[in-house]
Amino acid sequence: MFTEQELAAIEAIMSKYPDPKAALLPVLWLAQAKRGWISEEVMREVAKILGLPPSDVLGVTTFYTMYNKKPVGKYHLQVCTNISCQLTGAEMVVGRIREKLKIGPGETTPDGKFTLSEVECLGSCGTAPVMQVNDDYHEALTPAKLDSLLESLA
Amino acid sequence: MERLILRDIPNFHRIDVYEVNGGYAALRKALAMSPAEVINVVKKSGLRGRGGAAFPTGLKWSFMPKDSSKPKYLVVNGDEGEPGTFKDRMIFEKNPHQLIEGTLIAAYAMGAQTVYIYIRGEYLKWINLLQTAIDDAYARGYAGRSILGSNFGTEIVIHRGAGAYICGEESSLMNSIEGQRGYPRVRPPFPAQYGLWGNPTTINNVETLTNVPLIIERGGEWYASLGAPALPGILLYGISGQVNRPGVYELPTGMLLTELISDVAGGVRGGKKLKAVIPGGLSVPVVRADEVEGLRMEPESLKTVGSMVGTAGIIVMDEETDVVKVTARIASFYHHESCGQCTPCREGTGWMAKILHRIERGEGRPEDLDLLVDIANNIEGNTICALGDAAAWPVRAMVRKFRDEFEAYIGRTRIVERALSSALPEPLTVKG
Repeated sequence: MFTEQELAAIEAIMSKYPDPKAALLPVLWLAQAKRGWISEEVMREVAKILGLPPSDVLGVTTFYTMYNKKPVGKYHLQVCTNISCQLTGAEMVVGRIREKLKIGPGETTPDGKFTLSEVECLGSCGTAPVMQVNDDYHEALTPAKLDSLLESLA
Repeated sequence: MERLILRDIPNFHRIDVYEVNGGYAALRKALAMSPAEVINVVKKSGLRGRGGAAFPTGLKWSFMPKDSSKPKYLVVNGDEGEPGTFKDRMIFEKNPHQLIEGTLIAAYAMGAQTVYIYIRGEYLKWINLLQTAIDDAYARGYAGRSILGSNFGTEIVIHRGAGAYICGEESSLMNSIEGQRGYPRVRPPFPAQYGLWGNPTTINNVETLTNVPLIIERGGEWYASLGAPALPGILLYGISGQVNRPGVYELPTGMLLTELISDVAGGVRGGKKLKAVIPGGLSVPVVRADEVEGLRMEPESLKTVGSMVGTAGIIVMDEETDVVKVTARIASFYHHESCGQCTPCREGTGWMAKILHRIERGEGRPEDLDLLVDIANNIEGNTICALGDAAAWPVRAMVRKFRDEFEAYIGRTRIVERALSSALPEPLTVKG
């Protein structure tokens, strides 16, 4: 399931904490980095490595919103809809994506390319509205900026 | 005023530039002092936590046991989840070494051998920037074993969060580091007695620690003389919403709110009038435009209108803002982020959100407004952590301060209902 390289990285993570259980969040990050989401199989394997009951791993994975519990599109469009973005155009961003890609929040395009999510504050309030695409922030979005971004990804 | 955190110097984030401009001199100075002396200087400075609660930093440090044989931990809170707050991110980007230096001084003062810096999961770019700075600090002997040839050493580890607002709350943050769900802990015992893995732990905000090197270098009295006496020092104001120049601005504490909005942030966008402002991050009660005049960003002044400095994340709303929509969105946020541990918060936040969305849809009932205030009153003070209060305050303040707008929404419902009932010859029934 995990490559040699990943297992070595997991060892290194565990050494940073006095209790191997503390490695759970970083190990889930590591698993998701390559697979895009955390499957039940991954959870069971992580539980085995860290000596945890699988239920603990499930509990943690589902508690934190950034761990994907199911596969997401190649580009995960995460639009902040919290207050500062709400005041400056989050509705425009979601509406335009809806219109262009024909998907609503929580949905993925049939070709598996885009998933749209509405997310909570991304800490980018001074450059609102903001959308995170996979790991990258796209700030101070205007309709034109959003269109060219979507075109560049299509 | 000369900026001391968000410096004007190009490439200040680089260790060589930081060193040339006096960087890490405060660490040297602190290591030549006793830990107790360092704590005293910080106490004298009047520095208070910048994460929202404004607890006196020096006092917090002094709670750490001096004679304990257990390992001690320092945790740096860079979760920055409070909506309207985006200042720590600027520090990671513009001045990471001053944060690292302040962290090392704090670790020395409290005898912490390990530091965990908790950063929200979305900030991957800034985690990487900070990690580079930490690596550079290690390479130059500022971190790790035997710092600058002294017998003090500490390791610095970044722990990445994974999308949970509650993890900005210090006890749930510790559980998150331990690899658990971010459930807040019951206190007492307090972190200084029973923190990470049951060991003495202190949690400080990123901005708080970034102030520490300045205090060590220039003295506690100097820092205490800046800004408002009740909250001395330098503050990173994050101004967002409907203003011309949103952004993070470094200024003394106690600035006039009107000056921050009109001059610093260039005024309300589109020449519109101000309707309301949330002065300290989403969790603090809203201030109406007619209350703003003369208000200062310090606790005593904001108290007069029932609000707080919080994280100094100032959210500005113009005259066209639909406060009912905004309040419904606020309530949804707290409902989404409630960890589910305490019944008043878990049930109450959902209930408030449900009512507010029903009002927004035009299905509100006249009794809903009193019900909202009642629910807020019953969440407040009845939960393990402050998220309950944080959910109750903004909703209650919005309903109280803009009651007429909520009533107008509900009034519309009544008109529609009356029109419908008189237009229909008999109630619709479904046969089947």
